[in-house]
Amino acid sequence: MEFEAVIGLEVHAQLLTKSKIFCGCSTEFGATPNSQTCPVCLGLPGVLPVLNKKVVEFAIMLGLATNCTINKNSYFARKNYFYPDLPKGYQISQYELPICSNGYIIIKTKDGEKKIGITRIHMEEDAGKLIHEGAFSLVDLNRTGTPLLEIVSEPDMRTPEEAVSYLKELRQILLYLGICDGNMEEGSFRCDANVSVRRKGETKFGTKTELKNINSFRFIQKALEFEIERQIDIIESGGTVIQETRLFDSSKGITISMRSKEEAHDYRYFPEPDLMPVFLDDAYIEDIKTKLPELPYEKRKRFMKLYNLPEYDVEILTTDRSLADFYESCVKLYNNPKTISNFVMTEIQKELNERKCAITDTKLKPEHIVEIFKLLDENKLNYNGAKALLPKVIETGKNPSLLMEELGLIQISDTNELKTIIQEVLKNNKKELKEYLTGKDKLFAFFIGQVMKKTSGKANPKILQELLKEMLSKISIDDVDNL
Amino acid sequence: MSLLKLSITQLKALIEKKDIKPKEIVELYIKQAKKYQEKTNAFITFDEENIIEQVKELEKKLEKGFSGKLIGIPIAIKDNICTKGIKTTCASKILYNFIPPYDATVIEKLKVEGAIIFGKTNMDEFAMGSSNETSFFGPVRNPWDWERIPGGSSGGSAVTISAKQAPAALGSDTGGSIRQPAALCGVVGLKPTYGRVSRYGLIAFGSSLDQIGPFSRNIEDCALLLECISGYDPKDSTSINVDVPPYQKNLKKDIKGLKIGIPKEYFIEGVEEDIVKNIKNAINIFKDLGAEIKEISLPHTSYGIAVYYLIATAEASSNLARYDGVKYGYRAENIKDLKSLYIKTKKEGFGEEVKRRIMLGTFSLASGYYDAYYKRASKVRTLIKNDFLKAFEEVDAILCPTSPTTAFKLGEKTSDPIQMYLSDIFTINVNLAGIPSISIPCGFDKKGLPIGMQIIGNYLEEQKILNLSYAFEQNIGGFKYCPFEED
Repeated sequence: MEFEAVIGLEVHAQLLTKSKIFCGCSTEFGATPNSQTCPVCLGLPGVLPVLNKKVVEFAIMLGLATNCTINKNSYFARKNYFYPDLPKGYQISQYELPICSNGYIIIKTKDGEKKIGITRIHMEEDAGKLIHEGAFSLVDLNRTGTPLLEIVSEPDMRTPEEAVSYLKELRQILLYLGICDGNMEEGSFRCDANVSVRRKGETKFGTKTELKNINSFRFIQKALEFEIERQIDIIESGGTVIQETRLFDSSKGITISMRSKEEAHDYRYFPEPDLMPVFLDDAYIEDIKTKLPELPYEKRKRFMKLYNLPEYDVEILTTDRSLADFYESCVKLYNNPKTISNFVMTEIQKELNERKCAITDTKLKPEHIVEIFKLLDENKLNYNGAKALLPKVIETGKNPSLLMEELGLIQISDTNELKTIIQEVLKNNKKELKEYLTGKDKLFAFFIGQVMKKTSGKANPKILQELLKEMLSKISIDDVDNL
Repeated sequence: MSLLKLSITQLKALIEKKDIKPKEIVELYIKQAKKYQEKTNAFITFDEENIIEQVKELEKKLEKGFSGKLIGIPIAIKDNICTKGIKTTCASKILYNFIPPYDATVIEKLKVEGAIIFGKTNMDEFAMGSSNETSFFGPVRNPWDWERIPGGSSGGSAVTISAKQAPAALGSDTGGSIRQPAALCGVVGLKPTYGRVSRYGLIAFGSSLDQIGPFSRNIEDCALLLECISGYDPKDSTSINVDVPPYQKNLKKDIKGLKIGIPKEYFIEGVEEDIVKNIKNAINIFKDLGAEIKEISLPHTSYGIAVYYLIATAEASSNLARYDGVKYGYRAENIKDLKSLYIKTKKEGFGEEVKRRIMLGTFSLASGYYDAYYKRASKVRTLIKNDFLKAFEEVDAILCPTSPTTAFKLGEKTSDPIQMYLSDIFTINVNLAGIPSISIPCGFDKKGLPIGMQIIGNYLEEQKILNLSYAFEQNIGGFKYCPFEED
């Protein structure tokens, strides 16, 4: 019997606002515990929340980017539960009327593109953190009140791969909008999954479980794989799946029961009386719409069409909006899309990965790249030289031509100079030379390598090849000892 | 004439003329406050040193040319309004040691006008009660009869006025907590339009109902205090961004042509005879003053208590969740784990009435009951509000009793919560609608206990109800707010 999984995801995205959602405290990560707090986010008696307008703007941005209906009239609600990281004893969230609903995003699957529905997006505040130390639990309320968007998907995914693809696409949209840093390790992009299985062809959903605490794409894949397998096993052995919340144990790669449906909280939602409903007018929404950047899906389509690039290239170039912009600026100045794409994907990407930074964090400008390509075209620099030059440009932001001269990376194209070097190489490698002359053609590359080594990679490869070929053809095996 | 008899408007004039110093006034009231504290139990915290310190600072500021509308006026503050550095307990064990690190907006405003924060007054625990008997710090007694309650929940604030322990006070009103004790103590108390006065720093009971307001001896003082504490506050999203008129300056006695509605639903069985008699007398005075009297109907009146006890308790059950013993306030000892910390702290920290209301509210919000209780109550609340809006199409103000009874005896209703809740039957609907209302003295019953009448206005029409009150007060030659004359 064949089974299929039904997966719906709830994502919590921390917003990149400077201050918290209901007070003026900083949202910066990693500060001294409880240093970024005030009476309001500490939930002291008598305080009141005031909504940060930036949060509304960011929510609308995401709503528009995910094809949602923006609800012109939404309101906040209190979600009541007790926990020491929740100083008020309730979380201010949205319940009955969220700010965005009924959207979708398009993801890539092994069978092509697929539409995944977005049920709702709502605004809420984050809780604090507990640090457990021996017999005590310490409370850090710096994170309390950090703005979150909760994005709830429809149960439209059928495989762990689709779930991961959805999350990657959603994360990329958030990054493109510049409203979330997408950092899963620091918890700025968190995911809970609802998953059930059913026999293929059935239309009714099976009993679902909710998986919590999954903080990387790899873990999501693993957690879902495990959970789907677990549920199928239960059904195949004649059992029934229990509706419950399960935790993913990443060290063991398994999910474990956290609480059953009966133990589930009754959050006693009711409209937050301390905040006015959020009323939005069309002009405001329109204004945000006009400010939206090009989104990943559209950008990928455009790149493929406009630059005639393979899907693989486009995928990499558009991972990061600033990298894509950089690429486009380069192409504008030097119209050779594929050459630049190769250079960006390999050499530049390598440097960025080593530095763990975005292109905008470096001193590298599109003009630099264009100049490097001109030097290559003019034979002043070879590819090796370009590779050696790049990190220096990134670090200093200096003009590549000047740097090339300073660092002595100018290509050796002078035939006399190269001839002398070749002569020397042949003289010092008589054994290999004899072997070559007796038919071991492969050693041609060896001689090229030796010359490159001697010139620190600066020899003009084209000229070198020609010269070497010419010189070798003039030598007979008898001459070798007399060289 | 004794300075104690002077209203704050009169004191203000003397200070402005430099006839007296703030220090003299404050010292006089410190003496009086202490003299009657044992009898009234009106104050929970009375920090004499802090008060003297405030006066010294004020005097320094005055030398530098500081001016304000309440220079040197001692104002007693209900103990659910946060005062920076001064204990604010809500009359609860759970906050017995809580010292706010910040001032409520109304406190900031009073300080800007040069007022002296004069002690924290006793109240029903978390403002839940109508007799001031639920206080962790013991009941407050009514100066008109020491065996009787002063009303609640702002009992302490009302009593400071009628015992002359302070010339003015602030209270809070969620279902009648300013007006009912004002009526029972024979003083003036006003609940402003919801949003007129910032709630920032008022420890929440029912957030959509709570409003801070003044207690005073006369209407002039009430108008002055109201204009000092009113206004938009960016820290309170529910506060109204409308300019504050100079209520005191605008007071006028001429009320000719104003239409006063008398709601037939407020003259029902159970209202004491003497109260009806005195209200009718007041109606006649208004007629004489040129007002037009009209019988009106507020058909959904009788649903008020039910609606209120669903909405206020629902909000309270959430508002009081934060008192968990983790960060401040009372924390139970000998706890095993988190759950026992929560349970023990709340069990030991909250009083009976507070626990009763938390349970009621939790129930009305519970999944499966929400639609039948909280949601339905919210809908009926709209009907009650619409009743008033419709009435105000025809009349300028509504006149009715503040309370169905005068002050009752200590312990008389403590065992019967429903009887206690009925004390607020005439005040509650005003909070549900969010409109302003004032309670002013209008006579005494056969036992010599004060009777209050309520004048209710439309949204932001505080001036109108103040003017009506002022005309009445001037006509009867002022209110007798204090039972003893020996001072």
